[in-house]
Amino acid sequence: MSLRTPALRLFFTALILAAAVAPVLAADVPLEFDNPALQQRYDKLLHRLRCLVCQNETLAVSQADLAQDLRGEVYRMIADGRTNQEITDYLVARYGDFVLYDPPLQRSTWLLWFGPFLFLLIAVYFMARFIRSRRTADVEPEPQDRERLEQLLREPDKGE
Amino acid sequence: MTRYLVPLFVFFGLVVLFITGLYRDPSLVPSPLINKPLPAFALPTVQNPHKVVKSNQLQGEVTLLNVWASWCVSCRYEHPVLMDLARSKEVKIVGFNYKDTRTDALRWLQRRGDPYVMTLFDQSGKVGIDLGVYGVPETYVLDRNGVIRYKQIGPITPEVLDQTIRPIVRRLQRKESS
Repeated sequence: MSLRTPALRLFFTALILAAAVAPVLAADVPLEFDNPALQQRYDKLLHRLRCLVCQNETLAVSQADLAQDLRGEVYRMIADGRTNQEITDYLVARYGDFVLYDPPLQRSTWLLWFGPFLFLLIAVYFMARFIRSRRTADVEPEPQDRERLEQLLREPDKGE
Repeated sequence: MTRYLVPLFVFFGLVVLFITGLYRDPSLVPSPLINKPLPAFALPTVQNPHKVVKSNQLQGEVTLLNVWASWCVSCRYEHPVLMDLARSKEVKIVGFNYKDTRTDALRWLQRRGDPYVMTLFDQSGKVGIDLGVYGVPETYVLDRNGVIRYKQIGPITPEVLDQTIRPIVRRLQRKESS
């Protein structure tokens, strides 16, 4: 028996492929809707929600146990005909605004939302001040300086 | 002089901001349930599948609701602290077994001791979602009216107990006895 036998080769290839795929299958059974519109809503919504366990992952991709449970909850609620707003409200009521990738506009996030514009305003203010100070430095020369300047300009170049 | 001092102060301000940011743990998400009543639920206990405990049965005195599981590694470190606390009888501790099996949970309690007056059994984790559980162990401090006053995320170490949990429990107990 050798690996060159086509049947054996096929067998081992299949075995390796199965081993590679198995953990993916075991980890999570993806929930799918028959209705493409609902499926799209489900996918979109999951991409806007954060997994609390691995915080830089969305609910759509996280393999955490809790993420799977929450995907199930979102799936169930969409199937029940709840709106996106109702579903996000449900999660925010339990886990806080942190589950949302888009932080809501509220008092505690004003600095987050408007901070960049604030910094822009500060930068514009300092730039304006800088430009103005340059312009005021650009004054007419005193009469004796002007005379000396013109004299210098009239002189033939000695450097050549 | 101020020309040079202003950027210096701005710089140090940023340094302070970044350093405080470094020492804050981003995995601690403040719970929106603080100062809200415990969500309504009805669960069996680990010991008795036929018993039904409702959330309002946890009212009456200051209570710690401790979320744990036999698969949770940090729960092992927390467990002796809970045992000591239970022995001192300072506060009622109710267990909340999360996404576990009865056999494993019971074996844990037999082997390590049972600090809980009762242990609720949430096998599916559904009630856990209502409570906003995301990292076991977690501990909720409930006042006499069943309102969540504090949530500890992660194990109760002796330091956490002395510096955080115990003062809150004492304050709540004093407030309620008067």
